[in-house]
Amino acid sequence: MTVQGASAHAAACATCPMYNGAQLTRLGINMTDWDFVVALAGNPNTGKSTVFNALTGLRQHTGNWPGKTVVRAEGGFLYGDKRYKLVDLPGTYSLLSTSADEEVARDFILFGQPSVTIVVVDATRLERNLNLALQVLEITDRVVIALNLMDEAKRHGLRVDERRLARDLGVPVVPMAARQGEGVQDLLKAVAEVASGAAVTRPHRVRQRDPQVEQAINQIAGQVERAFPGLPNARWVALRLLDGDESIEQAVREGTLGQLVQQKSPEPLPAIRLELEAVS
Amino acid sequence: MAANTDQLLANARNLRAAAGSDYHDTLMASIYADAEQIAERAVTVEGQRGRFDFDRTLDRILTSKMWGFPAMLALLMGVFWLTIAGANVPSQMLGTLLLEHGYNALHQLAAAINMPAWLSGLLIDGVYLATAWVIAVMLPPMAIFFPLFTLLEDFGYLPRVAFNLDRLFHRAGAHGKQSLSMVMGYGCNAAGVVATRIIESPRERLIAIITNNFSICNGRWPTLILMGTIFIGAAAPPLLASFVAAGSVVAVAVIGIVVTLLVSAFLSRTWLKGETSTFSLELPPYRPPRIWQTVYTSLIDRTLIVLWRAVTMAAPAGAVIWLSSNIYIGDMSIAGHMVQWLNPFGLLIGLNGIILFAYIVAIPANEIIVPTILMLTMTLGTAAAGAQAGVMLELEDAQVYGVLTQLGGWTLLTAVNLMLFSLLHNPCSTTILTIWNETKNLKWTAVATLLPLGLGFAVTFATATIARTLGWV
Repeated sequence: MTVQGASAHAAACATCPMYNGAQLTRLGINMTDWDFVVALAGNPNTGKSTVFNALTGLRQHTGNWPGKTVVRAEGGFLYGDKRYKLVDLPGTYSLLSTSADEEVARDFILFGQPSVTIVVVDATRLERNLNLALQVLEITDRVVIALNLMDEAKRHGLRVDERRLARDLGVPVVPMAARQGEGVQDLLKAVAEVASGAAVTRPHRVRQRDPQVEQAINQIAGQVERAFPGLPNARWVALRLLDGDESIEQAVREGTLGQLVQQKSPEPLPAIRLELEAVS
Repeated sequence: MAANTDQLLANARNLRAAAGSDYHDTLMASIYADAEQIAERAVTVEGQRGRFDFDRTLDRILTSKMWGFPAMLALLMGVFWLTIAGANVPSQMLGTLLLEHGYNALHQLAAAINMPAWLSGLLIDGVYLATAWVIAVMLPPMAIFFPLFTLLEDFGYLPRVAFNLDRLFHRAGAHGKQSLSMVMGYGCNAAGVVATRIIESPRERLIAIITNNFSICNGRWPTLILMGTIFIGAAAPPLLASFVAAGSVVAVAVIGIVVTLLVSAFLSRTWLKGETSTFSLELPPYRPPRIWQTVYTSLIDRTLIVLWRAVTMAAPAGAVIWLSSNIYIGDMSIAGHMVQWLNPFGLLIGLNGIILFAYIVAIPANEIIVPTILMLTMTLGTAAAGAQAGVMLELEDAQVYGVLTQLGGWTLLTAVNLMLFSLLHNPCSTTILTIWNETKNLKWTAVATLLPLGLGFAVTFATATIARTLGWV
């Protein structure tokens, strides 16, 4: 009884605006001099815009249908003593850049080099949503997974083990019910830790089952690294080149990829070694 | 460096060629396999529960081949019936407040401070009245229509509409996602054109952009609702009037969908030939709408924003209308010359010169069509009505009917053709600009602008000819 009461109390706290107000200041569109840029990616209709609104205090229109956000929206918030700029990317199923909205999302994650990319994932459709999450993890290791719609998953009789997921993906996983405002505090904490480098991520990289393909990737990745020393995602570039991705070919030819090397993200602080598991 | 990268690209190309054509599939298969494995480890199913079944049962009806379309029409009917029946009383109250009391008070004020007649005419009879008219006509229906529509959206019904229409779009050689951008166009065509970005193939995206204008936008709903109410609903027995009125509005919306499909089929078989893409459409779960939040945000984000746009357009338009009907060249005002010049063609297609002139004035915003038509009809109409030039007076539905039939010489044909022309004419200037921004192509922008207009002339000419041949008017 008391245990139950305590947890219910904690849950009530997390959704209370006073509790949020203690650390989060929503800056709306007022976002000059930010310390970190945070991108918000995810499949269509997973609640990205709802998370965006919860963090920035803006009222981006949300709707229950895929394809609602096709342009990126920006807003700001203050957490701890750091200012964050949050960019809401169009919802996409992949980052292969076959359509204009996928290209917007991918170019921002690749060339915008956000300090953290939040991938909003639908807990009721985990497998399909992970396709995108895995593609994001190929491009950048500074990722936080927002495991949204946990309330719906519960209603559907699904139990999602966020600790297991965090271990497998190698990045923080935060269970959320953004429509009810649950999990926002934990998400902020995880984002702050990844942004400052306090949390060290070890992102899952997709294994190629075919040894010949794996060999080809390694060969090309090696050449990419030689052409652009210090590039953070040579393996992903190799994958895209082997897939015949014209926009990446162009980026290689024109040397725009090289710019990614110069704007290096700050070194993670080695002192704190964080056990990677769900912040719960 | 350049040699280095050239070598790298050549290597990648060679390896790709050596692996054969299924490289892409192999890479994707690896991602899927990993995703499946990770998801399987993390998720446990604790037995199926009721909600899944509820969703499925509902989907079995709402997306069934047999009941999908009837259900869609019934929902649309319901939304418009509530809008028309509910907006009537507040519209009249607003009309009395703004157009009678507000108008008179402003004139008394102007007289008290000795404002010159031309200035009070321009400001009160032009700018104020046009703005007040737009608010009185548009605010009540929009304050009902938008929250209802947003509730449907929040509930998850829109993707089901897209699902039902997908088959038809596919047969028309267009992309199934076009049904999503089309639905978006019911709010605003400029937004609908931007929404076509979700369509991958440029060919299918162009089709979606060109046909988006056949989705009736915010600015045009009020014209349809008013015409449906005072001409078509009034022709039915009083008990059924609001049903028939709602039915006529839905009919025009359905014609819009039919035209969208026909034009898509035509384009994909002529100028924009090519393969039809396949795609998977996700049907999201039905979610209980958060009613108060939805009502609040749709009032703030949609109703007020749309109304503000209408007001900012109506104010200068009111000034233009007042000036054009009070500046004389020879013995006739500018508006008079224009209307006289457009009249023969207007009558040929079952409309008249005033309506065509109103559509020219309203290129920046379709919202002001009805006020413009009424005002010009009262000042330029055949009989002398005693109204000052360029003044829009307060009118109730019955009086609007009287003005249009007696002064304007309107018949049922004029009303029906105005409804059709409201569906089929050039997009507003904002939408044209958006089309240009999205395509950066002068030819396709011109096609998207002129094709609906040409269709509008053709269709109204056809209905007028048929009605006259059969002796209906």
